[in-house]
Amino acid sequence: MPLLEVENLVVEFPTRRGTLTAVNDISLHIDEGEVLGVVGESGAGKSMTGAAIIGLLEPPGRVASGKIVLEGERIDNLPYEKMRRIRGKKIGAIFQDPLTSLNPLYSVGRQLVETIQTHTDMTPTQARERAIDLLREVGIPAPERRIDQYPHQFSGGMRQRVVIALALCVNPRLIIADEPTTALDVSIQAQIIALLKRLCREHGTAVMLVTHDMGVIAETADRVAVMYAGRIAEIGPVREVIKNAKHPYTHGLMGSIPSIGHDNERLEQIPGAMPRLTDIPQGCAFNPRCPHTFDKCRTVRPDLLPVEDSWTACWLYDGEDGRSIEASKKLVAETKADALLEKNDG
Amino acid sequence: MAEIRMTPGRGWTDSIRRFFDGDIWYSFTRSPVTIVAAAITFLYFFIAAFGPWIAPHDPFDLASITLLDASLPPAWMEYGDARFLLGTDIQGRDVLSAIIYGSRVSLLIGFASVILALVLGVGLGLLSGFVGGAVDAFIMRVAEIQLSFPSILIALLINGVLRGVIEVQNQAELAYTVLILSIGLSNWVQYARTVRGSTMVERNKEYVQAAHVIGIRPTLIMWRHILPNVLGPVLVIATIQLALAIIAEATLSFLGVGLPPTEPSLGTLIRVGNDYLFSGEWWITIFPGAALAILVLAVNLLGDWLRDALNPKLR
Amino acid sequence: MVAFIIRRLIQSLFVMFFVALVSFSMFRFVGDPVHQMVGIETSLEEREALRERLGLRDPVIVQFGNYIAKAATGEFGVSYQHKRPVAEMLVERMPATLELALVSAVFSLVIGVPMGVYTGLNRDGFFSKLFLSISLVGISLPTFLIGILLIFVFSVQLNWLPSFGRGGVVDLGWWTTGFLTVAGWKSLIMPSITLGLFQLTLIMRLVRSEMLEVLRTDYIKFARARGLTNRAVHFGHALKNTLVPVITITGLQLGSIIAFAIITETVFQWPGMGQMFLQAVTTVDIPIMAAYLMLIAFFFVVINLIVDMLYYVVDPRLRVDTGKATGHG
Repeated sequence: MPLLEVENLVVEFPTRRGTLTAVNDISLHIDEGEVLGVVGESGAGKSMTGAAIIGLLEPPGRVASGKIVLEGERIDNLPYEKMRRIRGKKIGAIFQDPLTSLNPLYSVGRQLVETIQTHTDMTPTQARERAIDLLREVGIPAPERRIDQYPHQFSGGMRQRVVIALALCVNPRLIIADEPTTALDVSIQAQIIALLKRLCREHGTAVMLVTHDMGVIAETADRVAVMYAGRIAEIGPVREVIKNAKHPYTHGLMGSIPSIGHDNERLEQIPGAMPRLTDIPQGCAFNPRCPHTFDKCRTVRPDLLPVEDSWTACWLYDGEDGRSIEASKKLVAETKADALLEKNDG
Repeated sequence: MAEIRMTPGRGWTDSIRRFFDGDIWYSFTRSPVTIVAAAITFLYFFIAAFGPWIAPHDPFDLASITLLDASLPPAWMEYGDARFLLGTDIQGRDVLSAIIYGSRVSLLIGFASVILALVLGVGLGLLSGFVGGAVDAFIMRVAEIQLSFPSILIALLINGVLRGVIEVQNQAELAYTVLILSIGLSNWVQYARTVRGSTMVERNKEYVQAAHVIGIRPTLIMWRHILPNVLGPVLVIATIQLALAIIAEATLSFLGVGLPPTEPSLGTLIRVGNDYLFSGEWWITIFPGAALAILVLAVNLLGDWLRDALNPKLR
Repeated sequence: MVAFIIRRLIQSLFVMFFVALVSFSMFRFVGDPVHQMVGIETSLEEREALRERLGLRDPVIVQFGNYIAKAATGEFGVSYQHKRPVAEMLVERMPATLELALVSAVFSLVIGVPMGVYTGLNRDGFFSKLFLSISLVGISLPTFLIGILLIFVFSVQLNWLPSFGRGGVVDLGWWTTGFLTVAGWKSLIMPSITLGLFQLTLIMRLVRSEMLEVLRTDYIKFARARGLTNRAVHFGHALKNTLVPVITITGLQLGSIIAFAIITETVFQWPGMGQMFLQAVTTVDIPIMAAYLMLIAFFFVVINLIVDMLYYVVDPRLRVDTGKATGHG
């Protein structure tokens, strides 16, 4: 049984201009100890999904329908107090900016001890010992001294380590990491990712790693979900999705990653932009930008179809009208920037 | 001369168009409280403009008042007289008419002082933000010091000084000028600070530097490009300041250093009536008090709504 | 920390200097001091002699210097109207104003802060909206009107509370207090509510808006994500962060209460400095006006200093000297 199961999740925002659907019927699962990457451009709904899972959607956002199941029990419809007990203890979260994630007026130790004592029966002394151990585990030197220091006395990378310690302090089964390295120096990013990976492996913690950085996903994730306009475009083992992208959008994403050692004349760009939540096209959300559309794409929203080892939401793989999987794969794999540009002009 | 539009969509016409297009107008029409507040405010403006023609009596025409009508209670009470809806004071003057005339005066002074403060504050703010350096430092220091004193104190001081300096017998004549000056001069700081901040932000933007390089006069730059962008906050400040100015004038008149009883504002009316609170003629002070309170409340509500509507964070 | 204090002291001196300049200018240049002090019959020679003796012939800088020197020792000249030393009058009336200000400040804090917290936490609740509406009225009603209304209801109609004066006052050496008698307290109630109501409204709105801001921050979100109880999140984290900026503003408000007392003292005929000041304005009694200005400035400056030091104690980010961040991440 998977650790976390999300079924047909829909997250809506009622606004005065009408209801915006930030997450439009997505389904995924995360197994014990695995790392699921969630990539997509800004506004694709990645953070919303994470927020919905941990139950911290900002009003007026709300889960309109669907189920979220953790260790076999439904959590999306729990009252606040029950959900609160799950937060931190079973599901943890890490956010983007370590500076603003920590309360500047309290010492690091105080924030750690508080969290530990909320979820366990430890005495203050025991909790403090545990806090020091945690700081040591995340690589903070001289933890006995630094435990009483304030957040502003730590550098950016150190702060994110503290944040990780805080998220992991009572051993949750799942961590939602929302862009954990985006706000950090490039040189520090690798260290933090490595730390996260190691700790989660050691404790058997699953991770939902939300980011727009494919490089991080390639390094860290076991599986990856590609989101577009509130939907999942493709989901599968990381190697498969990166090397053999089936969905035209995924393929475009991969092509737009600069990599050393490849002879690209120029970076491919996907022309156009992801639609705003108010202007999502009918049928497949990607169809205005896709060079391989046909009628069905413009009218019917694609389901997630199984293709080899992964799942893709693209009608190219529905096997109708004589479309073979092989042919479609080839079509997508050979799409070059020019074709995409031509489509745009025409 | 060629029309150089360097900032598409940020000049005057666009600012005005954006106002009616946007959320601001929308939120206005959706909030009944604000609509009522606006209606009341406009009612007062109307009264202020057409006062003399709508008032049932002229309370300051000495010929028309008679002691026989003195101290009559409001029309709906025993001994009341339908001619004087809200009663009369001890000299026989109609309270309702006095309120109408008084509101007129209060609003007039309120507006004038707000305009004075606005022009002074915005001007100094633009200057400070644009020129920078020692000029900026000086102006801001003075602003800081002034800001730490309550404006009523400053208004009183300026009031006292002006009366000491200008030796004129006719208090009424002088009162307007003195009041407008003292209230206006004590309230310029908010504008200056806000405008200065925005000016400094805009000044560093490329379009301004480009304009500068081309040789367009700084005043033109300030007027055409910077000013439309700072108008929003200034408007909010002005609305709040209007309420404060009206209160300030009423307070000063109440304290006896404002308008005299011969040409009273609402504050003066309250002061005069206060003496009769204990002898039972409460209407002489309570009604002008209510009129003042309602006016200020309405203006404050408008200001509140405006501030919320223009605040990007709350949207 | 020491450098900080010294810097602030210098700033304070600068402010006092500026205010002294304004005071002095009023003193010297508004009206003719000699004219105010003598009768009509005094001859021209006597006036000139007086002018000489008062040092009015000296260069302006010297006069200014003298003015400051005298002010520093508490000598503010003689009132034109009352012919008494201003300093004496100030000391006589200070207790009344200070006691009133203190009670008002406590009142506005004790009620304003909790109300602000409540309306911040229960943003859309019925009571919140009620409190906010009342607060709007509090801001809209001019202080004197509130006073008059209170008098009307509680003195005229109900006859519960006295409408003027300080009630039973006890003499303690150079301080007179109204705290020791029931009559004294009864007299304090309405004036302090009147004076404090405006501040209460401001404090409540400020605390509320700060609270709302804080509740939107990432660290609150993270605290919730860690499963901390509502109590810990609201009163442990949010409240502390809310109160820090509130301290500054509240401190400043304290200063303005002392000045606002002018109005309240007039309405309730409270024998304090404010009433004295107002009379001075009406009669253009410059020595009192100038002295009052300097005194208020002094209070402001002292309060500001205390607030700054309080800030320093409360916010660890200002104590940068110990334990700087070590280089590598």
